[in-house]
Amino acid sequence: MSLEVPKELEKEIDERITHYPESKRSAVLPVLHALQHHFRYIDENAVEWAAAKLDLEPIKVLEVVTFYPGFRQTAPGKYHIRVCRTLSCAMSGSYELMESLCEKTGIDRSGVTHHDPIAVSADGKFSIEFAECLASCGFGPVCMVEDDFHEAVTDVDELLKQYP
Amino acid sequence: MSEEKPDLIDVQINGEWHKFPKGTRMIEACRAVGADVPHYCYHPKLTSPGNCRMCLVEMGMPPRPRPGEDPPEPDEDGHLPIGWMPRPAIACANTIAPNMGIRTTGELTEGCRKGVMELLLANHPLDCPICDQAGECTLQEYSVEHGKSESRFRERKVKKPKNVEVGPRIRLDDERCIMCSRCIRFTDEIADDPVLGFTDRGSHTVLTVYPGRELANNYSLNTVDICPVGALTSNDFRFQMRVWFMKEVKTIDTNCGTGCNITVFSRQGKIYRITPRQNNDVNSDWMPDSHRLNFHWIDSEARLTEPLIKLGDSHKPAAWTEAIALASDKLNGIDGSEIAIIASARMTNEELFMVDRLSKHLKVGHVDTVARKGENDGYLISEDRNPNTNGVKLILGLDDPGSQIEAIKEGIDQGRIKALISLQENLIDDAGFTAETLQKLDFFVHSYPLANPTADLADVVLPGACWAEKSGTMINVTGRLQRLNEAVDAPGQTLTPWEIVRDLIQATGGGNGIYSVTDIFNQLSAEVSEFDGITWGQIGDLGVPLIETGVTIPLLEREKERIAQGIIVG
Amino acid sequence: MSGITYKSGREPHPKEHRVVFKNIDREGWDTSIDTYMGEGGYDQLKKALTMEPTAITNEVKTAGLRGRGGAGFPCGVKWTFIPPNNTKPVYLICNADESEPGTFKDRYIIHQDPHQLIEGMIISCFAVGAHLAYIYIREEFPEGAQILEKAIAEAHEKGFLGKDIQGTGFDLEIFVHRGAGAYICGEETGLIESLEGKRPYPRIKPPYFPAAMGLYLCPTIVNNVETLCHVKHIMELGGEAWAKTGTPNNTGTRILCVSGDVKNPGYYEVEVGKVTMGEVINDMCGGLKEGRELKAVIPGGSSAKVLRADEVFKVGRGDDTRELTIWDIPMDFDTLAACGSMAGSGGVIVIDDSRSISWVLNNINNFYAHESCGQCTPCREGSLWMKKITDRVVAGKASPVDIETLEGVARNIDGRTICAFGEACSWPTESFIDKFKDELVSDTNSEMEEALVNPESVTAAANLG
Repeated sequence: MSLEVPKELEKEIDERITHYPESKRSAVLPVLHALQHHFRYIDENAVEWAAAKLDLEPIKVLEVVTFYPGFRQTAPGKYHIRVCRTLSCAMSGSYELMESLCEKTGIDRSGVTHHDPIAVSADGKFSIEFAECLASCGFGPVCMVEDDFHEAVTDVDELLKQYP
Repeated sequence: MSEEKPDLIDVQINGEWHKFPKGTRMIEACRAVGADVPHYCYHPKLTSPGNCRMCLVEMGMPPRPRPGEDPPEPDEDGHLPIGWMPRPAIACANTIAPNMGIRTTGELTEGCRKGVMELLLANHPLDCPICDQAGECTLQEYSVEHGKSESRFRERKVKKPKNVEVGPRIRLDDERCIMCSRCIRFTDEIADDPVLGFTDRGSHTVLTVYPGRELANNYSLNTVDICPVGALTSNDFRFQMRVWFMKEVKTIDTNCGTGCNITVFSRQGKIYRITPRQNNDVNSDWMPDSHRLNFHWIDSEARLTEPLIKLGDSHKPAAWTEAIALASDKLNGIDGSEIAIIASARMTNEELFMVDRLSKHLKVGHVDTVARKGENDGYLISEDRNPNTNGVKLILGLDDPGSQIEAIKEGIDQGRIKALISLQENLIDDAGFTAETLQKLDFFVHSYPLANPTADLADVVLPGACWAEKSGTMINVTGRLQRLNEAVDAPGQTLTPWEIVRDLIQATGGGNGIYSVTDIFNQLSAEVSEFDGITWGQIGDLGVPLIETGVTIPLLEREKERIAQGIIVG
Repeated sequence: MSGITYKSGREPHPKEHRVVFKNIDREGWDTSIDTYMGEGGYDQLKKALTMEPTAITNEVKTAGLRGRGGAGFPCGVKWTFIPPNNTKPVYLICNADESEPGTFKDRYIIHQDPHQLIEGMIISCFAVGAHLAYIYIREEFPEGAQILEKAIAEAHEKGFLGKDIQGTGFDLEIFVHRGAGAYICGEETGLIESLEGKRPYPRIKPPYFPAAMGLYLCPTIVNNVETLCHVKHIMELGGEAWAKTGTPNNTGTRILCVSGDVKNPGYYEVEVGKVTMGEVINDMCGGLKEGRELKAVIPGGSSAKVLRADEVFKVGRGDDTRELTIWDIPMDFDTLAACGSMAGSGGVIVIDDSRSISWVLNNINNFYAHESCGQCTPCREGSLWMKKITDRVVAGKASPVDIETLEGVARNIDGRTICAFGEACSWPTESFIDKFKDELVSDTNSEMEEALVNPESVTAAANLG
């Protein structure tokens, strides 16, 4: 199976690659970001597409994809939630936030492992994972829903309402 | 400071001052003075990532005076006092500096080694009893020297993939892997086949072959050699034999004109494994898989183990005396000009020297060897797939070995050649002879290790030992004289080819006085001017340059470039 | 700062000295270049472009600007490490991978005042001779990346970027490069590897000092967001005048990010060394929560060694030796180092007496185990081991011996790794054990020892589950 990359997206990717006149390989992260943004996660086809695009051996791309938690290797829900797990947020209740988000979205995190950190709700609407420090430690607990950032999240219903 | 050559630097190692060339890595300086530094990731032929941290040593430099302080006074030898750094330094990637101090013993260095060992073993499965690497595992070795008797690790070990086929010849146990990255660097930097990589991260990092790809290049088994632990093992050798039971013999590969230096591992006359042996003028630390694994035929059922004499349509076993007597009778009855010898460029110089004697003694009219050509693989495999073409040229005086084979065939077909002595070549399979041609001969004597279609047609078949069963010398494509050493006994009544030729010379009324390979070598060295009186001992394990050929080995040329750039030590 | 009003509830504290954060939470402020230029934006760049590049570096050196990312290395000195006879291209990278737990300053600069950073970067590039620069921004700031790209485009339009900037013949392009969620990319050589498209494995130093062999093995300057912003203000004031803020060897202002158990956590820009820990916690942050007492402070991001509330710190040398309580510590580089910790990234995490030390340490250990890149042995194996031990401590399944082991593991990492992550992950454990051993041990159970040594025993069945 090969990846069907829309013309517009490929154009955007090609432009991104020009940001690295010294080495195309440098564009691995931007290419993967663009692919993930469009396809929601990076599968083997995306790895191979990126490798071909950048004249790299696919293993060199896979090495990168699997290193960064920012790249998902499984399909997330329609809205992907990342809850900050690190100290300051934990002190202000991020574990409780995680629990409450799971409860409200019907996500079961019991199967989560190091290799498979994302849990998806049965209806596929939400997915969730813990993230390490999201750098808003003074205003915890914080979480991201897709690209939106939410500080001092106390009202989970209010938060989820924004994502129909 | 004392006067010294500008390119030599004074370094103190464990209290003693030594001089080393500028640019020497700390680890190599220590090795040179017998203070070996344990290491896993460092390999002199690969880049140095410094990741295993096993080579941490205590290091010091002359202290820099604080403002207002007097600079330190040199001692009577011109050495400055050393200010020891509180933090250890890796010896692998750091180069020496003037007046540097290194301690490979002592509390700091030993503490580091203990610490690294404990951490390396924390998640290691400790399955030495079923691990092929046991006995030659640096993890095992260093844990004896630098480890603790008891583990403090009480956690669940990280689970990783086991028994993964990463290629047709190699299996991977990721739980044993210590992430030294040697194999990845080898495939990236030497084999140009980057299919290996690390995936995931932290303690969960796994060595991976890209899904759907294979580590299948013809140099893949070198990764098994350089794997310091039992993570990568050879399918061919897996579970075959414990390394400590095996006899090791240093010899050379005969699959091509490069003559890779190798070690043959055997037990009770059976070869279990061949590994490359470092020779920076021949094969560096590497060898091709195709050559390494080409040994299983040596103990195959097809081996000839006794002389055979043709009786009607079949052969019957004969004693050596009987076989040689028959051959000499027949040969003595044919004029030398009607005899041809086809020898082999797989024979040693000593064997070829005896062939030359035989040919001169019988006044043989036609002598040649079989040429073998292939493609140069751009790494170590030479275009010439014979190991001793240069020996043939020098000793048999053939300018273009193989060029007369067609003329010999023609001579036989036209009845001008009545007898053929075929030594160590399967003429039908390897030299394009037909049964029809060979059947025209009045007399045909053939020596070879294996039963083969050529032997089927011979009047006398003599079992001749193969490369692993004999000693001698060969000259590789670059003109280097190298020694072949007997690794295992030849089966049954097999004789080495030089003995066979000697017996033929003697039986046909030729000279005597040859009792050993070294006897032949000494005569050869005295008679062939290029040898210039060199002695057997001088050749050593690594050989000596003998003649100029202008041929280079591509992999070595690239390595030289990387050494010049300081990328690798070499 | 007269005439500036701030959003309600986000007003700076009177003890703050806002320079870099002047426009943060400001009424009527936005990220457009017109707003920025309306207040003298890019004037310092225009001025810098008339100067000799070395003169700019000298001003930065005179200012004594120390890096705000964590190590506190003098910025101007770093710039001079580019080999004088260099013929290769020079790169500048802005480290916007803000990821040291407890730190949240760069985010606000990027989101609210991006042109300040761009201007500081262009000046710095001109000073070091870089014609290509990257902003390595963490993936978790997607909006920040967009804002920066828009700001760069605006600066292009106005002729502050691109070819022949302001007719000076100086060319410069800046590109935004997004990370993908890795703390290790804050380490400058890890960042460089990441920018080269590889796994962000930090490089060994020597030989790979970025200023000599950085991006594509060319001289590369990596500076933190806040540091680069200061360059603009050094241009404005001159190095000498700028150095009058702060205290000697700890010049200028810096942003403290306070989180944890205080009433008003947040960011506070202060003159370095001019406010004490007590002022930060009690005045600026409104003190501890009702009825709570201070237990500990992690003063410079989670990798900084913890300070215990009742410690007495001896600082200074010889006759100048002083004793300080935690409240008296002036928030500067040198004093915090003298107290056995560090100013680090400016992330102050306040821990009150309601917190379990074991829980706090375990949270930190979880972070470092997750973020270890896994390249070198001690950190790869040790960070996860430490996490697993503290997991058991928190779960009540550890024996006192485990605390000894925990300390031993940390000591086996500290100082023995390729990069500073080794210290970052071992210092919390070392310092927590050093200062709170009793509490950690009190969370263990000596009866557990038998279960742990003989996991097959009856005790084990009962205790380990």
